[in-house]
Amino acid sequence: MQCLSFPLHPGNCTALCTTAVRVCSSPDAQNAFKVRISIKTALGDNAYAWDANEEYLFRAMVAFAMRRYSSKSTTQISNVLLCNVTDRVSFWFVVTDSSKNVTTVPGSEVEAAIRMNRNRINNAFLLSDKTLQFLKITSTLSPPVEPSTPVWIIVFGVVLCLIVAGIVFLIVSGIQKHKKKNKESTERENLEEKVEVTLENGIPCEALDLKAGHINGVFAAEDERFTSL
Amino acid sequence: MEKSRPLWDNPLQFVFACISYAVGLGNVWRFPYLCQMYGGGGFLIPYLIMLIAEGMPLLYLELAVGQRMRQGSIGAWKIISPYLCGVGVASVVVSFFLSMYYNVINAWAFWYLFHSFQDPLPWATCPLNSNRTGYEEECEKTSSTQYFWYRQTLNIAPSLEASGSVQWEQALCLTLAWLVVYLCILRGTASTGKVVYVTASLPYCVLIIYLIRGLTLHGAVNGLVYMFTPKLEQLSNPKTWISAATQIFFSLGLGFGSLIAFASYNEPSNNCQRHAVIVSLINSTTSIFASIVTFSIYGFKATFNYESCINKVILLLLNAFDLEEGSLTADNLNEMKDHLMATYPQEYAQLMPQIKNCSLEAELDTAVQGTGLAFIVYSEAIKNMEVPQLYSVLYFFMLLMLGIGSMLGNTAAILTPLTDSRVIASRFPKEVISGVVCFMNCIIGLIFTMEAGNYWFDIFNDYAATLSLLLIVLVETIAVCYIYGIRRFEKDLYTMIGCKPNWYWKIMWAFVSPLLIISLFIFYLTDYILTGTLQYQAWDATQGQLVTKDYPGYALAVIGLLVASSTMCIPLGALVTFIRKRLKRERVSTVA
Repeated sequence: MQCLSFPLHPGNCTALCTTAVRVCSSPDAQNAFKVRISIKTALGDNAYAWDANEEYLFRAMVAFAMRRYSSKSTTQISNVLLCNVTDRVSFWFVVTDSSKNVTTVPGSEVEAAIRMNRNRINNAFLLSDKTLQFLKITSTLSPPVEPSTPVWIIVFGVVLCLIVAGIVFLIVSGIQKHKKKNKESTERENLEEKVEVTLENGIPCEALDLKAGHINGVFAAEDERFTSL
Repeated sequence: MEKSRPLWDNPLQFVFACISYAVGLGNVWRFPYLCQMYGGGGFLIPYLIMLIAEGMPLLYLELAVGQRMRQGSIGAWKIISPYLCGVGVASVVVSFFLSMYYNVINAWAFWYLFHSFQDPLPWATCPLNSNRTGYEEECEKTSSTQYFWYRQTLNIAPSLEASGSVQWEQALCLTLAWLVVYLCILRGTASTGKVVYVTASLPYCVLIIYLIRGLTLHGAVNGLVYMFTPKLEQLSNPKTWISAATQIFFSLGLGFGSLIAFASYNEPSNNCQRHAVIVSLINSTTSIFASIVTFSIYGFKATFNYESCINKVILLLLNAFDLEEGSLTADNLNEMKDHLMATYPQEYAQLMPQIKNCSLEAELDTAVQGTGLAFIVYSEAIKNMEVPQLYSVLYFFMLLMLGIGSMLGNTAAILTPLTDSRVIASRFPKEVISGVVCFMNCIIGLIFTMEAGNYWFDIFNDYAATLSLLLIVLVETIAVCYIYGIRRFEKDLYTMIGCKPNWYWKIMWAFVSPLLIISLFIFYLTDYILTGTLQYQAWDATQGQLVTKDYPGYALAVIGLLVASSTMCIPLGALVTFIRKRLKRERVSTVA
């Protein structure tokens, strides 16, 4: 198994390597976390290769997260141990505490540190929560942005106003037409009533053309039938 | 002086009204399902035969009766024979039931339409659970589109008995749907005539856009090839022929009285023979056209799901065996699976239950009809397209137009007899009558917005119209051919149109269509009797799928009431007329 730490003090090398060996031979250790990285899925053609430099960056990011979380500057990159890197790109890592005689930092602390800085870690690798997975650390999913009034009510309100306006317009114009028709018919009736009562043979006098005399039009038309004298 | 009957402005309005009424949701969500179940391309053979044998003749019959009698269904059948007023009343009752539940579909279309103006679409992803660590449990078990339909739209109860409360969002949409219908029928043919220009033509525009989009989707060809390959052995299955006959019958909307109502507003000299042929051909062509669109969408959805399934299997294997990304692809999956099984037999055996066998045929075979197809399958396909908001708005607007077009016909079937009857029409203007009908329907329709409302909807959808319509149309055909007399009818048509119906029409009216309807009727009765208890599909939230349950007693009583209330009108009408005539005769004889 490869010892992947680059100690500052040669004396610590053996101790750190032993820790790494212990962790990697029993990967279910409580304080170790499995990481799975899917670069090709995330970046497609722009995918970079996972090599030793990327591993160095990863260890640096974890150390950074631990420093930010506990606000003490004792965690070094050498404290982060990786092992069992596969082709998938997945590996286990553990954080040791050099001040406490090379023991591993409790898993809960590491988890909290990673959670707090997840965004920064993701961005360093151009990945997301789905493509840079910490298998034991569930990420909180961001809820979708919801406006204060749901959009559908706004659209509903607009359509409702239009329809109601249409109905009111049709009803009012219908009533107006009805009223106009009623007024016209009552006016016509009133006009007929205003005519004077003088009647001759049931015919109002105004209808008779008195000037024209009492010529009966029926017989006048038949003048040609009589032979001329 | 009697008010002259309102008329359509021109024959085109009449044709558009009939098309708008006949071309409805059934063309979109029932015909593709039947095509898929009963032999793919081969289903077109019984479909076209039934169109010629019963569709066109019965449609011509109804239009001719309406145009000749110039009255709604009650008045028209009274003129043919006073004992047949029950037929008209039965039509009105069935139309009333239909309009009660049909507008709920428009409410759902409005709901989806209003929700299409968001990014991302609300049915594209599952909502998060309360502590934001994952998705809602119910949504995980099923898909996000089904969750949106069953939980966020319907908020469906686990069974019919658990009625629940009225969902205010659905109630609002239902009210809006009824206001829209009221706006369209407010002025009678004057307003309806203008609206049908839109409701008849707009769906075709959307279908053409969808056809172009659908055919260019990835995997659409899979769907088309699979569905349209004729499976001619289905022709020997009697259910194929029965389904074809039933589909033609109900798709044209015969027996509701809407066609009689529309035709009664025609000029007496309108050539309804030509119009009957045109409308029935357009209706069937639209069904076939819509199924091309639906099958290409199916193919896209099935291919998408198949590829997702394959990708999930690949990811599972990559993660389990820590293989390099890209080493497993869809092409080498099977060989790699064998290789892994040989190399790591123990781990592979542990993984076996999780590895699904992805099959494109299995995805294509999932046949869905009804509201499931329209709202779940289509919305699932739409969420995976580019610019999904646009396609979503177009699609649900099309559903809305189809639904409103059919509603115009339904309400015309109810309102025309009411406005024809002098008792009611002299007291109230037609705006008030329309308003009262819409209001009553809206209030009763609130039942369908309750949590168990969708189960009541299914009851109405399956039982309110089926048997009753068959009986009504049977009585109509026999009445025209044998009571009114086919020679008298021939003469009437000659006076109206100027040409006598030829032997094809007469044979179909007198023999073929009544025989077909009788056989359909017998088939449905025996089917109901043989199946014993009636069952329904209930949504189980814990499993995330539909389960079959038995109807409770009161639901069966409601079903019986629905069927009885419309079918009993026919004999009751005859009986009442008979008694009235008897009493009149006695009164006359005592006076004399």
